[in-house]
Amino acid sequence: MFEYLLLFLSAVLINNFVLTRFLGLCIFFGVSSSFEASLGMGVAVTAVMVVASFFGWLVYFFVLTPLNLTFFTTICFVLIVASTVQMVDIVTRRFAPKLYAMWGIYLMLIATNCVVLSVPLINVENDFNLVRSLVHSVGAGIGFWLAILIMASIREKLAHSEVPESFKGLGIAFVTAGLLSLAFLGFSGMIAL
Amino acid sequence: MSENQETSSALSPAEQIAAISGPFRGSKQTTLSGLIDDGVFGKNPVFVLALSLCPAVAVTNSVQTSLAMGLSVWFVLSFSNLFTSIFRNYINPKVRMPAYILIIATLVTMCELFMSAFFPVLYQALGVYLKLIVVFAIILARAEVFASKNKPIPAFFDGFGMGLGFLIAMLVIGVPREVVGSGSFWGRPIFGEGYQPILMIILAPGGFITIGLFIGLFRSIGAARERARAAARLEGAGDAMEVKRV
Repeated sequence: MFEYLLLFLSAVLINNFVLTRFLGLCIFFGVSSSFEASLGMGVAVTAVMVVASFFGWLVYFFVLTPLNLTFFTTICFVLIVASTVQMVDIVTRRFAPKLYAMWGIYLMLIATNCVVLSVPLINVENDFNLVRSLVHSVGAGIGFWLAILIMASIREKLAHSEVPESFKGLGIAFVTAGLLSLAFLGFSGMIAL
Repeated sequence: MSENQETSSALSPAEQIAAISGPFRGSKQTTLSGLIDDGVFGKNPVFVLALSLCPAVAVTNSVQTSLAMGLSVWFVLSFSNLFTSIFRNYINPKVRMPAYILIIATLVTMCELFMSAFFPVLYQALGVYLKLIVVFAIILARAEVFASKNKPIPAFFDGFGMGLGFLIAMLVIGVPREVVGSGSFWGRPIFGEGYQPILMIILAPGGFITIGLFIGLFRSIGAARERARAAARLEGAGDAMEVKRV
């Protein structure tokens, strides 16, 4: 139990997928200009990540490994992620229309996205068992959410401050992300994993 | 069937990207050198378009990994454009996204196998980021915006130019990071004993900050050029007016 808690915390804080691993930056900088959108994106990313890691794990250990086809991992996982997005889209539309009305539009944007693809890949690369993979992907999703919400709040304040002309927009967003990342670096002493 | 309808009705990633980056449309220049020039200077993938950011930051902490990543992307981008263009008349528009992704994933897998066979150390260093070339926005966007509408040879050179631009951008970020952050170039120390490397630059925060500073720098250069051009135009117009008056 304790081991899973450590894995979870490390995925959220220490190996934060956005701020230490540089994954999902396209969404991170694209969406974080609005707080509402960031909230929705976080939910969509977490949901897709967990489902995709589950299927990715099954395919990798029950299909690809026995058949010695592990060099197909990349191709398979891309397809798994894309179809997971499609599947989550259909299921939420049918069973949770309210949720879909709020967050459905973000689903399509993550069909081909590095953060969602990387989680299943990292899971199988580290030979995680099924429970560990799921815990890891939930942690990754929550870490992504945390980072994007912090960034969105900062950017709301940033909109009212004076930024040098050439740094407006993406430039200052990157420097801000760098400072955030520096803050997250402080967590790395917390748990030795 | 329903899946197809949904894919075509929703905004596909490449379309979304094309919408975000306004000037990012099919190039009007059709000469080959024009296409390469466009890729390297006009629409440089990392700085001007600010696409494909993930890899650019993650693996630029040394010159070697930057170069390896840049070369891999260059290869994949050129050939994905070529193959997309060759198959463009045989792909049903409804399933074009999955088809492009398959082409790209195949090329990335080739790249991966090549690296793991001949450069195992570098392969370890690039880790999961090499596999993630599959989802680089820029590659899919070039396939969708340019290669699917042009003949194979111009498409290949479009990818070639874009890829070269990406490679140069990777080195522009990678070289200063290694020099400042570990005081070395290509793994060899260059500053002598007394130099205290600024560790932060090769860690995660350094990547973000370096790119942020470069974006600011490139934009201010661009703005200065724009101003100079506007001033020149104004002067020219003024001359023309005087001539008329005379």
